[in-house]
Amino acid sequence: MLVLQNISKSFENRSALTDVNLEVPKGATHALIGSSGSGKTTLLRITLGLIPMDKGYVKINDKALSSFTPIQWADRIGYVPQDGGLFPHISGRANISLIAKMRGWDRARIDARIEELGRLVDLDAGVLARFPSELSGGQKQRVAIMRAAMMDPDVMLLDEPMAALDPLIRRSLQQELKSIFQRLDKTVLLVTHDLGEAAYLAERITLLHDGKVVQSGSFGELLHHPADAFVTSFINAQRGVPDAATVAA
Amino acid sequence: MRLRGIAGVLVAALAGLLVPVPGRAAESIVIGGKIFTESYILGEIAAQSIAAHSPVAVERKLGMGSTGILFEALKSGAIDVYPDYTGTLAEAILKQPQLKSVEEIGRALIPMGLAISGPLGFNDTYAIAVKQSFATQHQLHTISDLRGVQSTLRAAFSYEFMDRKDGYPGMVDSYQLKLDPQKVNRMEHSLSFQAIDDNAVDVIDVYSTDAKIKKFNLRLLDDDRGYFPVYQAVWVARKAFVDRHPREWEILRKLEGSISETAMQDMNAQADIQKESFGKIASQFLGAAAPDAESATQKIWQRTREHLWLVGVALLFSLIVGIPLGVIAVRFHAAGQFILIVSALVQTIPSLALLCFLIPLFGVGTKPALAALCLYSLLPVVLNTFTGVRGVDPLHLENARAFGLNGRQVLFRIVLPLASPTMLAGIKTATIVSIGTATLAALVGAGGYGAPIVSGLSLNDIPTILTGAIPAALMALIAHALFELLGWALIPAGLRKYQ
Repeated sequence: MLVLQNISKSFENRSALTDVNLEVPKGATHALIGSSGSGKTTLLRITLGLIPMDKGYVKINDKALSSFTPIQWADRIGYVPQDGGLFPHISGRANISLIAKMRGWDRARIDARIEELGRLVDLDAGVLARFPSELSGGQKQRVAIMRAAMMDPDVMLLDEPMAALDPLIRRSLQQELKSIFQRLDKTVLLVTHDLGEAAYLAERITLLHDGKVVQSGSFGELLHHPADAFVTSFINAQRGVPDAATVAA
Repeated sequence: MRLRGIAGVLVAALAGLLVPVPGRAAESIVIGGKIFTESYILGEIAAQSIAAHSPVAVERKLGMGSTGILFEALKSGAIDVYPDYTGTLAEAILKQPQLKSVEEIGRALIPMGLAISGPLGFNDTYAIAVKQSFATQHQLHTISDLRGVQSTLRAAFSYEFMDRKDGYPGMVDSYQLKLDPQKVNRMEHSLSFQAIDDNAVDVIDVYSTDAKIKKFNLRLLDDDRGYFPVYQAVWVARKAFVDRHPREWEILRKLEGSISETAMQDMNAQADIQKESFGKIASQFLGAAAPDAESATQKIWQRTREHLWLVGVALLFSLIVGIPLGVIAVRFHAAGQFILIVSALVQTIPSLALLCFLIPLFGVGTKPALAALCLYSLLPVVLNTFTGVRGVDPLHLENARAFGLNGRQVLFRIVLPLASPTMLAGIKTATIVSIGTATLAALVGAGGYGAPIVSGLSLNDIPTILTGAIPAALMALIAHALFELLGWALIPAGLRKYQ
């Protein structure tokens, strides 16, 4: 279970996050959505332990971030950066095994884990031998998921997993991703700006605006019981439907 | 940790290599000489005289560049004795041009811990030369006659002549010459003969015993105002050498008065025109058999080893010092600017000047040459490391931290591999530039491919120059090829796709 509790953060005098609360039950997939500048990237970096927060807690299974070393924390959260974020100088396989090697895993253990994960995301060894520049967008994404899952973390954190893909591939990969999440059986937090993606992949959605949580709930709740006018305009803007307020009766 | 240990040992070894050694361990006499034919021949005569009559070993450090380098070498004890001229000693070393006689100059040198012999017999003064045809055309007989053509006169004068008070500045003063500064070129002495032969210039400075005066059919203009001082050739020695080896100093002093002007001109001609070796000329003069000459392959092999050593140590230094400096320069902005500016400044110091600065610290021979090469190879490595490391996408760094890599792992696993193509290009530049620059090491007696280039240059002997220049070029080509291979081995395979 991932809990973000009363998180506030400001840069110099500008407030980036104000009292943000978010809870992802074990095994659930949750989407954090917002337009650029909403504070979702700051929240992501705080959750990863990359920047300190001014106030609040990040907890995994009731244990706070502050009680872990950076390495322990990194192993609890599997991170999939935007567009995969694979290191270009090493093969897909080396990307996946890098962290385990640093932690002193032996070769047999690494090979076994990679084989297991390869089956889960449906990638064969031949593809893993390639360098990132030789992989398709979908393959990169799957290698990045294997890398994130390598240390068997409690939580997976994905940053805009589909942003760099074209719409057709995006649709098929979304289905793929959904089943991968089910097979991995992890607590997943998905950061995205795309409402359709959030609705498809996640059971619950948290909409962030100006550093504050506007509404948390299922897609249906956001759609049918918007907390305020911003929620409606955000949903409509994503659907390409004009805002009701701006359409003449 | 292991890498750091190795680096530490290498740095310590390198430091040991570069630390100045106060005295030479083996008891031997080191003969110095300047980089022109006459000085080579006199140096050979000195070396062979001592070798023939004394059991003490003789070491030759001939062709060592300018008066400043020789003087520093003498003071620091890197050489014991070398041939020079009274005028040069008074002007360039004592800075007392009013001193004329050998006795006066000898007395003035005592406080500096130096001694001179009596005159060897000939006077090699500066003279002004024009082509015979040019002299006839303009009816030139004396330096004063140059005033008639002064507005169009094109001159090539050596650096030393241009800068010495008893050279060019005093001459134009004394003769009231008004040459067009645009047409007065500073040129390496041996190249000026080629320049006047090609009609690129009309007038050059020469030494009065220079064999090339005849070879290039030049006319010496009379010094009708008696401006040029007398340049009696003498031996200049450290007082310590004279005290320690009185017998050997006596052997050298036996040569006083034995070399006439014509004898010297002849010997210069044998070297410059007949291309005899300095050793053979000296032994003929001394009436002895020529010492065994090394075979050409032995010589080239020896020079290759010397050259490789110079380049190799400089390269190692630039790696051990340059890469960390480049990384530090990225991490700490202020220190970075300082590092980059200092290493760029070092690059702007002319190599001969840098060698001159380094002689008081390191003596002569391999050490100052190595120190200079190390300093010169620093900038390409530092700058390319800096550029490469700074060019790494900061997203990769943040991701690496998110995955729980520590600072050292990020540096060695992510940053340096990603920067390696740029870094390798810098190391390659440093190596190839070092191979070229190392030829200058011969000027301070470090040998290498520069030795035949330097002596060939003073002899205006292109084949000799080529015996140094061609292997140096080959070494650069081989280095280039090796770095291509090294690129395959060192640059991570994933990055090669981008190249």
